[in-house]
Formats: sequence, C-alpha cells, structure tokens
Amino acid sequence: MKRRTILSMTTAAVLALGLSPAHAATVAEGDTLAENQTFSYRLLDQFPTLDPQLNEETAGSHVLRQIMEGLMTQDAQGNLRPGVATDYEASENNTVYTFNLREDARWSNGDPVTAQDFVNAWRRAADPATASPYAWYVELTQMKNAAEIVAGEMDPSELGVEAVDDRTLKVTLTKPVPYFPAMTSYATLMPIHMPTVEEHGSDWTSPENYVGNGAYMLDELALNEYFKLVKNPEYWDAENVIIDEVTGLIINDVNQALTRYESGEYDMLEPLPAGTYPRLKEERPEEAKSVPRLCSYYYAMNQRPEGPPELKDPRVRRALSLAVDRDIIVDQILQGGQQPGYYFTHNATAGFEPPEIDYANWTQAERDEKAKELMDEAGVDGLDLKLIYNTDENHKKIATVVSQMWKQKLGIDVTLSNMEWSTYLDVRREGNFDIARVAWCGDYNEASTFLDILTTGQEQNDGKWSNEEYDKVIAESKTSGDPAANYKKAEEILSEDMGIIPIYHYANTFLLNPAIKGFPMENVENNWYVKDFYRVAN
Amino acid sequence: MTAFILKRLAIAVPTILLLIVFSFLLMEAAPGSPFATERGVPPAVLANLEAKYGLDKPLIQRMGIYIYDVVVNFDFGPSFKFKDRTVNDLIAQGFPVTLTYGFWSFVVAVAVGGTLGVLAAVFHNSWLDYLAVGISIGAQVLPNFVMAPILVLIFTLWLGWLPGGGWRGGQIEYLILPVIALSTSYMASIARITRSSMLEVLNAGFIRTARAKGLPMRRVILRHALKPAMLPVISYLGPAFVGMITGSVLIDVFFSTGGIGQFFVNSALSRDYSVIMGITILIGTLTVLFNLLVDVIYAWIDPKIRY
Repeated sequence: MKRRTILSMTTAAVLALGLSPAHAATVAEGDTLAENQTFSYRLLDQFPTLDPQLNEETAGSHVLRQIMEGLMTQDAQGNLRPGVATDYEASENNTVYTFNLREDARWSNGDPVTAQDFVNAWRRAADPATASPYAWYVELTQMKNAAEIVAGEMDPSELGVEAVDDRTLKVTLTKPVPYFPAMTSYATLMPIHMPTVEEHGSDWTSPENYVGNGAYMLDELALNEYFKLVKNPEYWDAENVIIDEVTGLIINDVNQALTRYESGEYDMLEPLPAGTYPRLKEERPEEAKSVPRLCSYYYAMNQRPEGPPELKDPRVRRALSLAVDRDIIVDQILQGGQQPGYYFTHNATAGFEPPEIDYANWTQAERDEKAKELMDEAGVDGLDLKLIYNTDENHKKIATVVSQMWKQKLGIDVTLSNMEWSTYLDVRREGNFDIARVAWCGDYNEASTFLDILTTGQEQNDGKWSNEEYDKVIAESKTSGDPAANYKKAEEILSEDMGIIPIYHYANTFLLNPAIKGFPMENVENNWYVKDFYRVAN
Repeated sequence: MTAFILKRLAIAVPTILLLIVFSFLLMEAAPGSPFATERGVPPAVLANLEAKYGLDKPLIQRMGIYIYDVVVNFDFGPSFKFKDRTVNDLIAQGFPVTLTYGFWSFVVAVAVGGTLGVLAAVFHNSWLDYLAVGISIGAQVLPNFVMAPILVLIFTLWLGWLPGGGWRGGQIEYLILPVIALSTSYMASIARITRSSMLEVLNAGFIRTARAKGLPMRRVILRHALKPAMLPVISYLGPAFVGMITGSVLIDVFFSTGGIGQFFVNSALSRDYSVIMGITILIGTLTVLFNLLVDVIYAWIDPKIRY
C-alpha cells in the first residue's frame, strides 16, 4: 500500500515535469518591455566564493543560481522545474534516481554539459581534499558512501552517483529520500567544468576564467564593491531570457543602502533596516514587500546534565513558553509581516499541515494564568536564568521583552548576555547557557528540514532536548507514505513536552522597483532566477 | 645619517617579529573559529577543513610555518573565508584602492589644513584667523561617520551629482566623497597644529631679527618661519599618513570602495585568521617605516637635531 502511494506520487511527478513549460521569463499581456533590460540589487556582504562546491552562504547561492544550473530548478512558487535534467525516474522505494539530461545544455564555452560533469562535481564536494564546508550536504542527501568519503575512509570515486552515458545520471541512496530531486537545485550539487578547474586551480572562479552553465556569465567582480553578470548566449533557453545584465552592489551599511536605493541607483534592496518596514510600506506601497521566509526563530533550553534542573521539568518549560506574548514581538518589535510561532516548522512550508497547539488559540491572559499555575505545580520559586544571544538590535529587543514577561508573570530573574557572533556560536555549542536564541532556516522546502534537527544526537539540537516518542515519529516519516501526518504528530509531541520555545516564523522584507516583473513572491525559500524577470517601460 | 637609518631598521625587524608573534597569540586566544556557522559543522567536515588550513598542527609549529612563509616567501597564506583567494590576492585588490583615496585625502588635508593654519597665524586675530579656526573646529567636531551620510544625502540623493558609493577603478567621481569624508578631520588637526606652531615661531627671536633686517613678510614666512613651524606638523603627519593609506573602516563600509579596511573588519568578525594577520603585519610595517621616515625628515629639517 505504502509502496503504491510512493510509486504513484513519483509517476505523477515525472508526468508533471514532462508537461511543465520550460521557458524562462513569460511576459504578461499588456506589459511593454523597457529598452534597457537590466536588474540590479544590493547585497549586505560580499560572497566569499563562486565555486559551487565551496559556497556556504546565501549571497553566493543567489549568484550561483544565475551563473550555474543544477539538475532541477524552482519556479515562482518554489515548485521543482527542469533544469539541466528534463525529467527523472525514482525507484519504488525512492533510493535510486535516474535523471535524463537535456541534449542542448551547454557550458558558457560551448562544451556540452554531460552527466559526468555532475559526477565530478558531487565527488568534488565530498572529497576531503576539497574540504568543502558544505560536504555535509552531500551526506544529507543520503548518497551512497558519502559519509565514508567525507570521513576519509573511502575514495571519492565510490560515491553513489554514476554517468550511465552522457545524458543519463544514476544516483544511489542508502535511505529513501523522497525529496532528493528538490535537493539537486542547491549550489553544492551544481555541475562543474573540470578542465577549467584543472587548468586554473583556485583562480578558476575569476571572471576571465569562469565557465558556467547558467543563464548568465560572470563578467566583472570587485570584492566588497560590486559584480556584474551578462547573458550567456550558450544557455539552452537563452532565447527566453529577457534581462541582459545583472549587477550586484555590496552595501554593508543599511541606511546607506536605503539612501542609494532612494536615489534610484538600483532595483532591489534586501533586507530592509530593522523596523523600517511599516514606514516604507506607507511611503512606497508599490515597492515594499513582505514575503514568508523559510526560517524559524526560537529559544533553546539547556537540557544537558549540567543545565538548570528546573528546566528539565516540562511544566516549567511550558510555563516559560506560555508567558511569552508573541504578538508583542511580531507586531511591535519586528513589524515586518512575521508570524507568531507556536510550533517549530515554518507555517508556509510546502505540504505542511499546521498542528493543533492548544495554547495558540488562547488569549494571552489565559496563557499567563496557566503559566503561573504550572510554576506553582512544579514548586519552582525564584529561578535565575542566563539568556544568551548574538549582538543584534532585534535579538536584544526580543530578549529584553521576553525577560520582562518572565520577570513580571513568573518572577524569574533573567540575566541577558550578548556576544559577538563567533564567540556566541562557541558558547552555544559548548552548552554554556540556560536559554539560547537560535534560528533555523530550511535547507529545502519540506518540514523534515526543521524537525530532523531536534532528534536526539543531532549536532544542531543546541538545547539537547531528547524525546523517544518524537524520535520514533520522525524516523517513521522517512518511509511513510504520508509524512505530513508524522510531522504534525511530531510538532504536537514537541509542543506537549515544550522541547523548545518557538517565537516567530520569519518574513523577508524588501523594496523592489515596480518596473521589475516576474519576481517570485511565493517561493518561501526566497530563491530567485533573474532569467524569469523582465523590466517594463514606465 | 646612514648609520642612524641602519640602526633604526635593525630595531624595526624585531619590532615587526614581535608584532607577528603577539598578534598570532592574541588571535589564538580569541574564542570562535573561522569555520563556525549557525548550523554547526559536523566533526568530519571540520576535520577536513582544519587539515586543509593546517589548524590540526600544534600552535608552535603553526606559528613557525607562518613566520617562515611570511618572511622568506612573502606569502601570507590562503584566506579561510574567501576560499579561492590568498591573502596576497585580497591585499593586492584592496590596498591600491585604500592607497589611492588615502593619498588624495592626505594631499587635500595637508594642502587645505596647512594653508588655513598658516593664514590664521599670519593674520592672527583677524577675521581670517577666526574663519580658519571656525572651519577647523567645525570639521573636527564632525566625525566621518556623521560627515559621510550627510555628504551622500546632499550630493547623491538631493543634488544627484555624485555616486553614493562604489569605486569603479578609482574614477574621479567615485573618489570625491570618500576623500572629503576622510580628509576633513585630519585637515582640521593639521590646521590647528600648524596655526599654533606658526604663531610660536613668528614670535621667536630669529624671526624678529629677520624682520628687523627689513626682509619682506612673504620671504620671512616662506624662507624662515615655515620650515621650523612644520616640525610638530610632520610628527603628526607620519602616523596620520599611515592611518589614511591603510584605510578607514568607515569609508570602506560606507562607500563600498573595496578597500582594505572592510577586509580587516570582516576578517576579525569571521575569524579569518590569515587575513587578520596579513593586514595587521601590513599596517604594522607601514607604521614602523613611516615613523622612521618622520625621524629622517626631522633630522634633515632641524639642524638642532643630531643623531
């Protein structure tokens, strides 16, 4: 029964892929294209590299999506659409995937993109000699032997991926991963032109040497200043690409970024300075946007043996969570369209059914009442907690109001401790805290990207909360025909035991020139491809 | 004089070596790691990264290798963050930018500040003096983090005359705002120091003698007063010049110039060890060299100084 469900789902996926339109930008009726087809945007920080296998940052991923193309890409809603692959077949148990590559895929130097280019790239990502900070991503796909290769126990050539022929790529996984095709759109699994890498070494990523297979080519790059991409004439769908030139401006100072946007220098400003969204929305209703972003903000409670004993009592954890008035945080502090969080998984995650969380529907007065009761029941009086967060205006404001809520409602004293980023990560990893601010962003658009990290023994489970029942439900989701039911159940267990204190679900706020059309407002991973954009004449 | 320069150079070498050792140890003592991320890096991946960048070796060995590479090969190693770049690449990109706007800021600061100072002293207690002092105090109390946004607001947003940031190879329109923002406070200091030093010299006996001889005022100032009056200014200019050409963090961050200051701050925040070290050594070496240069100029200008 289970098998049949998966099989029929897969068949549906293949069919859907076969039918979906392959073009890039589709100009809406009545839109007149502008003379100059350019798009420019602001980056907060310089991306350190454009080597797809070495990339570890969002800013770099944004650029890589323009100059490289994986097997799959995403459309404006975040659904999968064909990239270099035209379609794929999954084995019955979702452990073997066979991708068919398009014949007309070309590198920017005219060479054909072959299955071997993907094999080379994936081996390179796992190879300890490359020392990719994202080698774990290959492990995360459950590709055969990935973990052993990363650990240096096996040769990279043993990786579970092979080029059956130039146009056929076969991937073998150790465990069923129904969302594997979605994972191939990420930078780490983009192909690589090995002859270029071998010829130029680490210098292959400079504009004069770069060979990519995306809709754009790297043309100019000045670190911490700007970069420019131009249309790639070799791209298989080049005739449907409308924007000719993409410019990225690195502007570190947020207010300066706003002034330069206001002077009309560029088209997209992201992210907005904290707290400016309501004002900008009023002043520029056509330009200010807020879209869901696949990240969740929460407080982890230290469950390590040396952590505070009071926090090991689920009643105390629940009381702490109930006493947090999330509406104040999203409506008065963040003010950018964020959603209050009563569960961990972002509410806009694809296929996710929101769990039923009792206190989500209570009034804050009811929650506070219950919180006090729980504290009395637990017999806790005069608790002193240390809350850590990394130095940032919003984290500080949230920590301050939360500590006030706990102080006023529950009589808990909270010591706030802010640290500079690197130090903070160290302290958090070592477990030197009672409560810690954590944010988690999805690696792919499916609930397991969130829920997996709270299972026992996960590196990213900062509070070290552990619940057998939760672990079991998550383990079962991997082979379940209906993982959504498991995710819902897992969230309910998490909430019952209050393993973490969910605070809010992220939104991304930005300013976008109304002349730019085709921007994907509904892609919760905020992945955009400039090949889908076009500029209209004013 | 040659012996003096050689002696000073001989002291400079151990100074720089000490700087390297202390910076290395300080950096080592700082918590955090260049590979840390919000998500945390799995142990196997971390081990590969540490092996690649040599962090798996003991401290003494690492420091030895580092000093050898820097001193013998002039190689500052690979950047930990910019994974396909070396520190030499980053300095080669950022330093010329900083050097350019730093140099022009220096020229502007000295020319304007010096002139204002001399005029204020020569026309002491006249409207010119008050104007010069007013300008220099005004410039002094406007730090560059206030100046820069005001300049951009006026010249970019309101007037639309100049770009609000960027560098584009150092084209003049991209150079103007950073130079004004950086040079202003230096200019103010130079004007103040020049004025007071000039006033002192103008009241000295040998100036009175020169004027008593009937020399024209212009000649008295240019031939006799300017040189001695410059001494305190020069001792200020040495460090100021290094400060300007090694970049202002604020200028780089604010104007997106791509200069070395931005790399310096980012590397400190992200624990990009090799970049922190490389830039520290660069700035340290320049500081030592320019202090030496200032001493040499001193000896040349002031016949009273003997080494």
